[in-house]
This record gives sequence, structure tokens and C-alpha cells, in this order.
Amino acid sequence: MNSANYLYLSALLFTIGAVGVVIRRNAIVVFMCVELMLNAANLSFVTFSRINGNLDGQIVAFFTMVVAACEVVVGLAIIVTIYRSRRSASVDDANLLKR
Amino acid sequence: MINYALDLGQTAKPEAVLFYILAPLAVAAAIGMLTVKKAVHSAILLAWVMVTLAIFYIAQDAAFLGIVQIVVYTGAVMMLFLFILMLVGVDSSESLTETIKGLRWIAITASVGFGGLLISLLGRATLGRSTAGLADANSNGNVEGLAQLIFSDYVWPFEVISALLITAAVGAMVLAHHERTVKRVTQREQSQARFRSGSLAAAAGLPGPGVFALHNAVDVPALLPDGSPAPSSISATLKARGDMLDSAQYQLDNNDNAAEDK
Repeated sequence: MNSANYLYLSALLFTIGAVGVVIRRNAIVVFMCVELMLNAANLSFVTFSRINGNLDGQIVAFFTMVVAACEVVVGLAIIVTIYRSRRSASVDDANLLKR
Repeated sequence: MINYALDLGQTAKPEAVLFYILAPLAVAAAIGMLTVKKAVHSAILLAWVMVTLAIFYIAQDAAFLGIVQIVVYTGAVMMLFLFILMLVGVDSSESLTETIKGLRWIAITASVGFGGLLISLLGRATLGRSTAGLADANSNGNVEGLAQLIFSDYVWPFEVISALLITAAVGAMVLAHHERTVKRVTQREQSQARFRSGSLAAAAGLPGPGVFALHNAVDVPALLPDGSPAPSSISATLKARGDMLDSAQYQLDNNDNAAEDK
């Protein structure tokens, strides 16, 4: 098997995540799709680390994980805050600025 | 002409078997994530994708990242997602109807284009050499190699990320905090309010669910002394979810007759 297959898988997962962000309406599911995209990017970092024979790619993937954890904490707190004021977790209902 | 330029060398056979089994499962779970209706099911499928990615990391000589992936993602992050789902309400499953007409097809067409572009570009890229492999970099062990890099070349980003983590924690606390606008009602005040409401039934508190001696469960309304069911004995959540059983079948007179027949 060619190691490039990991990169193809990563591209595929990234694309699926992007579709999810566009078509799903529940903010939490949208958020999970963003996580999927981050994970797909991490897979390609790890694969490139192996291709290049040094560990820098793994360091970047590790940092991405930390940043993603921060992002989840703040993002979910925002979703809870919106849910508290609007009683809905749908991205379509957060349209106060449009009115 | 198809140019397989990105020839990164062949991997060992067991790894190929592992990849060809797990990769389709990961893609299927990711697609399932988009199509299932309930957010909880999406979360479970995402956890599965994350576990397969952890296995791929370990297969690619990134043992530390594989473990971190399981601990941080499937452990902490997915737990947080499920926790928030419970908080926001499992029932808040969205309607899959489109708010913008044709959005789904536009999204799918665009993503097929994007994915095709990405994959065909990867197929044509050249590296000019084959995979180096991590045998040298991991000669002292994967964790030791990473530690050496983090605390030398990457020490500045590492410190910045620690500041980011603290900021995120404080930010989440600020966002989740909510100021009380009315005074908290104490237990004493609640009790006094019950008695002053005038009805004796309110003063006694709500009855517990379940039917004595015949059926004992939280989803069946209790029977009052006269044999009639008491809907107020069921949790409001169960009622809203439609999980409340009909207690007519457990009513006294019905069952008395049945017992006599036997």
C-alpha cells in the first residue's frame, strides 16, 4: 500500500466534514463536523511527518489537538449561552442581527 | 495519462490490511454522521472515526499521538459534546428540511468538486523521493523524540498554547456564568408557599410514580386511593417524551376481575 492513501483518506474526511458544516442545522452537529475536519488535517500532518522522517508534523498535530480542545470548550459554552437565551440549538434561530 | 507521481514507498502488508479494513469504516461512519437524525448518534459515529484515526496514528509510528487522540478526543472532547447534548436536550433533534432551497444539492456538488480537486492534486504531486520513515527519529522512543522537540525548537509555541488553554478555561467560565436576577427561593419559602396556596393536595407534595403491588415503574402513574390514576406522579420529562404508560390496565377493578377469573 502506498502511504499516500492516508492523505486520500484525510482529504475525504475533510470534505465530508465540510459538507456537514453546510447542510446540518443543529449547532452541536455542525461543531462536531468542524472537529472531524480538524482530525482529518491531523491525519495528514502525521502522515507527512512519517513521509519526511522527522517529528515536526507530529508536534504540529499535537498543538492542533490542544487548540481544538480550547475551541470545543469555548464553542460549547457559546452554544449553551445561545440555547439559554433562545431555547434552540439550531443555527437558523440565531438570526437576531438580521432583523 | 494518470501520473502516480506521489510514490511514497510501500508500507508493510499488515498495515495495508489494517488500512483497507478501517478506512472504509471510518468514511462510512463520517457519512453516517451527516445523515443520522439524532445528534447523539452523530456523536457516537464521530467517536468511532476518532478511534480509527488513533489506530492509524499508532500504525504510523506516532504512538504518543494515538494515545493522546483517544484520551483527549474520544475521552474528553466527546464526553463534553455528550454532556452538552444532555444539557441542551437530547430531544432537540433537528428537522432535516432545508431552510435554503436546494442547499443540500449545492453543498454536495461543491464538495464533490472540492474533494475531487484535492484528491487529484494529491495524486499528481511529486515529492522526488520515497518515504523516509520514522525509524531514525523514533530511535530513542517516540515520546522522548517529541519531548526533545517541544522543549527546544517549539518551546515558544508551547508556552503560547499554555496561555491559550488558560484563556479558554476562563472564557468558558465567563460564558457559562449567569447572574441571578431574582433571589433564590429557599426550601422554607417553598414549603410556606405550598401551604398558603390553599389546596391540601399541594401541601402534601406530589405522589410518587408506580402502582403498588401490580406494576412498579417510573413510567406508570400511581393509583389514588379510589383507584383512579394520578398523572401528576410522573416526571414532566417522561410525559413530554410520550413515555408514559396507560395506567388503566393496572386499575384495581380490572385486575380484581382478572384474578377472580383465574
